[in-house]
Amino acid sequence: MADDLRGAGAATGSTVTAPAPAAPAPAAGPGRRARRRRRRGHSSLGAALLWLGPALLLIGGVVIFPAVELVKASFSRYSITGLRLGDAGTANFRHVLDHPDLGAVLANTLVWVVVVVALTVLVSLAVAQFLAKDFFGRKVVRYAIIVPWAASLVITAKTFSMIYNYYYGTLNLVLTKLHVISTPIDFLGNDSWTMPSMILVGVFVSIPFTAYVFVAGLNAIPRDVYEAARIDGATPRQTYWRVTLPLLRPALLVASVLNIIYVFNSFPIIWTLNDRNPGFAHDTTITFMYKLAFKSAEKDVGMSAAAGIFNVILILVVVVIYLRTVKWQEEES
Amino acid sequence: MAAIAHPSDRAAVRVPTRRKVGWQRHRRWVLPVAGLFVALAFLWPYLVMLLNSLRPSSDVVQTPATILPRTWQLSTYAQVLGDERFLAWLRTSVLVAVTSTLIVILVSIPAAYFTARFRFPGRIAFLFLVLVTQMFSPTSLVVGLYREFFNLNLVNTYLALILTNAAFNLAFAVWILHGFFSAIPREVEEAAHLDGCGRLRTLLRIMLPLTLPGVVTAIVFTFIAAWNEYVVALTLMLDEGKKPLTVGITSYVTGYEQHWDQLFAASIFAIIPVVILFAFIEKHLVGGLTAGSIK
Repeated sequence: MADDLRGAGAATGSTVTAPAPAAPAPAAGPGRRARRRRRRGHSSLGAALLWLGPALLLIGGVVIFPAVELVKASFSRYSITGLRLGDAGTANFRHVLDHPDLGAVLANTLVWVVVVVALTVLVSLAVAQFLAKDFFGRKVVRYAIIVPWAASLVITAKTFSMIYNYYYGTLNLVLTKLHVISTPIDFLGNDSWTMPSMILVGVFVSIPFTAYVFVAGLNAIPRDVYEAARIDGATPRQTYWRVTLPLLRPALLVASVLNIIYVFNSFPIIWTLNDRNPGFAHDTTITFMYKLAFKSAEKDVGMSAAAGIFNVILILVVVVIYLRTVKWQEEES
Repeated sequence: MAAIAHPSDRAAVRVPTRRKVGWQRHRRWVLPVAGLFVALAFLWPYLVMLLNSLRPSSDVVQTPATILPRTWQLSTYAQVLGDERFLAWLRTSVLVAVTSTLIVILVSIPAAYFTARFRFPGRIAFLFLVLVTQMFSPTSLVVGLYREFFNLNLVNTYLALILTNAAFNLAFAVWILHGFFSAIPREVEEAAHLDGCGRLRTLLRIMLPLTLPGVVTAIVFTFIAAWNEYVVALTLMLDEGKKPLTVGITSYVTGYEQHWDQLFAASIFAIIPVVILFAFIEKHLVGGLTAGSIK
């Protein structure tokens, strides 16, 4: 990323003297490559296994093996106590696809991921712009923003379930006192309010990480780029749209992709805030899968595993996008 | 750099500058005040938590709702600290978080160091495997994890929880340490070699002290992730006394009992250590989380 920005700095900085970071560029020619080739140690597979063995064991035993178990379970029939009864063929997958609530669950997932990530990115851009400024008490604000990031999601969600409470909740109290609403709202029981209420919590807990990524992105933009924009007579708005945002693109991409993964996999918020509501009306694919195995009347492990496979495929698609993002950055730099 | 600006540019710059002078005078108090509001925007749920922990449960659930307690009560904290259940949950959380962090550090340092320093067959494959692991969460594999531990008779054991937390946080630790090790100039290591240091001694004596910020970041992130883990603990730890805090404290408020005061006091206890740890590595937060993808 640094090289990417450096290039942009050199391009826009033509009216200014050449920025200092560009200086080492000519020296980094074939000489450096040869040196690197000579220096980089080579090692045998045996030695590698010694150093990487423990990591491979752990990943193999607790990530790969459960993934295999998941696939196996998706093709099996289970009793309600979890004993394997036999082969199920593709029945579990068909049951998931034929599930009457699947449409609603998929729609919820789409809304949940898209709205939470979009709002998070927008609000975080503003928060980051603010945090990048130098002012008295900035450190305190930065520490305050860490709290929702560090705190357990279940605990935050549990606190929100009290804040949203129809009778005793602070939110209804404040909104009625301010005459925003005349009668209290059942934020977690009313069908049209449940998803927005959960989305608010999702955005709230996702902002800190995202804002921190953007602050790092903003700090990586060289000062002289802004200097050049100012000398060229750019208005603050023009500077933001034409200079800041384009140079923030790598940070924006990384934050968006990571947030998509986190938000898609998010479990505790929906699990905690939606626990009053029966059925799957406000579930995402993740809580849907979990309920199938552990909470629904059927306790159908096989069907839940099949739903899990669909989830993993969805995540893999995101992983591919993520890898492309990383690659795109390397090519750029 | 400003001194280089051509004199003729000055006139064009002057108009915005005058407005800027007024802003410069005001920003000294506008920004801190705005900062206060931003801080409050992120802290208010935790202030609600704190205020609710300082009032009796009957006062939490009394209409009309109030923001400040009608009766203040500090004894809940002592009550929670004397509660056998809470102490058992706390014990589990500490045990699981500390042990899995130890495992992650012991396993990730050699792996990260080796992949950062040496070329060997399968290096790219290994790094790819780590990256893919990072994309999976225990949540997406929870049914498979449950089946595995069910078959191994490890449901309801600390070992299952520790292994899960260690495995799923390993990828992140490897990535961040890989970045730190790669950043150390090779000359440093070569000098150590010339002085007669073996590979392991070079790693322990020379490399580790230089990558200390990375190691600390990896430790804190793993500890916090393990401390806050929920789904796997919810699924595997069925025994009341073996649950960690995240799962345990929700049983303060169920259909059978409604101890809101204890729920919130226990919540305060549960978030204080992680907030302090996070504040401790505040400078490295971003470098940590986006290790390998943004630098």
